[in-house]
Amino acid sequence: MSFQPVKFYQTGTFTVGNRLLPPEERSVQASTKRFNSINSGHRACQGCGEALGARYAIDAAMEAADGQVIAANATGCLEVFSTPYPETSWQIPWIHSLFGNTAAVATGIAAALKVKGLTQNPKTRVVAQGGDGGTTDIGFGCLSGMFERNDDVLYICYDNGGYMNTGVQRSSATPPAARTATTMAVGLEPGNVFGQGKFLPAIAMAHNIPYVATATVADLRDLEAKVTRAMELRGARYIHILVPCPLGWGTASHDTIKMARLAKETGIFPVFEAEYGEVKAVLAIRRPLPVEDYLRPQKRYAHLFGKTPAVETIAHIQALADKNIRKYGLQARKEGH
Amino acid sequence: MLKQTEGSRAVAEAVAMCRPEVICAYPISPQTHIVEALGEMVKDGTLSPCEFINVESEFAAMSVAIGSSAAGARSYTATASQGLLFMAEAVYNASGLGLPIVMTVANRAIGAPINIWNDHSDALSQRDSGWLQLFAETNQEALDLHIQAFRLAEELSLPVMVCMDGFILTHAYERVDMPTQAQVDAYLPKYVPRQMLDPGEPVSIGAMVGPEAFMEVRYLAHAKQMEALELIPSYAAEFKSVFGRDSGGLTHTYRTEDAETIIVAMGSVLGTIKDVIDEMREEGHKIGVLGITLFRPFPLARVRESLQGAKRVVVLEKSMAVGLGGILSTNVRMALSGLHMHGYTVIAGLGGRAITKKSLHGLFRQAEQDALEPLTFLDLDWNMVNKQLEREKAHRRSGPVAENLLRDVGVVAARNY
Repeated sequence: MSFQPVKFYQTGTFTVGNRLLPPEERSVQASTKRFNSINSGHRACQGCGEALGARYAIDAAMEAADGQVIAANATGCLEVFSTPYPETSWQIPWIHSLFGNTAAVATGIAAALKVKGLTQNPKTRVVAQGGDGGTTDIGFGCLSGMFERNDDVLYICYDNGGYMNTGVQRSSATPPAARTATTMAVGLEPGNVFGQGKFLPAIAMAHNIPYVATATVADLRDLEAKVTRAMELRGARYIHILVPCPLGWGTASHDTIKMARLAKETGIFPVFEAEYGEVKAVLAIRRPLPVEDYLRPQKRYAHLFGKTPAVETIAHIQALADKNIRKYGLQARKEGH
Repeated sequence: MLKQTEGSRAVAEAVAMCRPEVICAYPISPQTHIVEALGEMVKDGTLSPCEFINVESEFAAMSVAIGSSAAGARSYTATASQGLLFMAEAVYNASGLGLPIVMTVANRAIGAPINIWNDHSDALSQRDSGWLQLFAETNQEALDLHIQAFRLAEELSLPVMVCMDGFILTHAYERVDMPTQAQVDAYLPKYVPRQMLDPGEPVSIGAMVGPEAFMEVRYLAHAKQMEALELIPSYAAEFKSVFGRDSGGLTHTYRTEDAETIIVAMGSVLGTIKDVIDEMREEGHKIGVLGITLFRPFPLARVRESLQGAKRVVVLEKSMAVGLGGILSTNVRMALSGLHMHGYTVIAGLGGRAITKKSLHGLFRQAEQDALEPLTFLDLDWNMVNKQLEREKAHRRSGPVAENLLRDVGVVAARNY
């Protein structure tokens, strides 16, 4: 069979199609020589944002490290769907220990490599990964410790806004008003309450670590570029990727990319890059969309759009998105101004 | 080389001679001096190559050790008491993954009420965690056991806990015979992992296992532990040939040959017990003691063999199974299954309560007359206990127990029995 270069198109965006780029600028995934670090055949749901994010992130890390990556993985969807005994999707050395200790396990691997590195394999790099529960809640202590010691680990959080593996419960990354199994869409204030939760990228920045970035699975070139940039640096690095979950969000499997894009384009999820605690770059929003566009397709917000739409709640969410746009300077400068 | 030194220092130096590559440290009394000494050796370059990591919790300490061990580095940490409980999830995980981590537990009580002094509640709470557990009687044995522990752990690919009595051993200055680096190198081979995170040969460690294989994985953990029952005596014999002294092994007997009464105990209290036995032997009492060095796996056959000639067995332990009685005694009882003899459980020394020769003399004489309750609490202050029980009957809001008892005692201080 003759060589068929993989073509990669992104429609409805302002990005340039991969086929128009010179080969060296093309995405890692566009290459037939990509690593397939997490191989096909795993048991993720259709349209899983996490599986997509992990494929791009880990392959990009592998590309940057010349195939020398060890991964530590928190308990959660990614762990469960990738390694049901006796099968594994991982083509790289991979360890799962517990739900809340992934950053520390990665620290241990990095320490071992450092000691061994005096004589062998100085190139091997460590990537830790977990969902938002394993990162922002139960794994937060170990993560903060790893940040504070500036251990040579890239930690990637796949944020789908809840404990999806255990049946869609609230985490500290669940957005306000969202319905989960533990923030039910009943009562006077249905869904998750306002004024709670944490935005971990900002906390990561407060540790003054070399690199913090956010990304979504809608801008995969951006995601790859950020992983590549992170791999150029040493010390503690953190990438927080928004990965829509069709099951937990109540969205169509084919809308995963669209939902991620809407999260970014509404300002709900700011996409930026920071070094040593300072924001250095943002993915600008050319024409901010109303949050309603993002909320309405998701069943977890269905209670906002009943017979009497929850106008005030929607306005509250809009205000939070507007605040993100202001705070991170996400609004692209208009021509002529 | 003979040396007068602190128990913690002796252990730290022995661990350093084992050439650990990653050490995780989190402070908790009474183990802190061990990791402090190791940290200094790493920082001044005496122990190299080695990474010394100040972690943010014991849970992280064990987790870092899991990562470093899985990546092929000889890994060590130390803890005690609440720290061991805080890392418990990772303790089970390390053994489940088959990682040969060595950890010192400087035995200390578990709260509430918070108490920093010695008993065995901490280590025994992890008796089913899948770790091998060794108990040291003296500082000499503590340092020797650490050297054997690395050998054992790495051969079996299982983690080993070396337990030494907090303060009583860790902070005691006494004479120890320090080995030389050449001796340790001759005894302890380079670590060759059975499994390793290696980009050259990628494996997935820690996959999810369902009902189809979980039982078998668990059985193998048991079977591997049982192998230690064979390995440990041979490692102790080899240890003797290299270092010239008896140390380790499964159990130690003292004057049990014709004994009608045999005491069973673990740890430093064995020294006091032996003194009492010597004095009673001089008076013609037929009494001896069995010291348990290896608590997990529990040497059932050896214990049975050592005790079966006796008329009665008194298990004196610094631990308690609340709602049942003893922990060590339950294990001993299993070894004696089917034998007809008197068995007594004595809970003693909890939270650092001194176990004195005077009390032991009285206790052992009572046992010889079979006048002991099946479950006895040595030197328990019944007045204090009854006063509190009455208070609880009299008032619904009787208040916090510990504070009430301290008020009754009048002063927070060690008591003389």
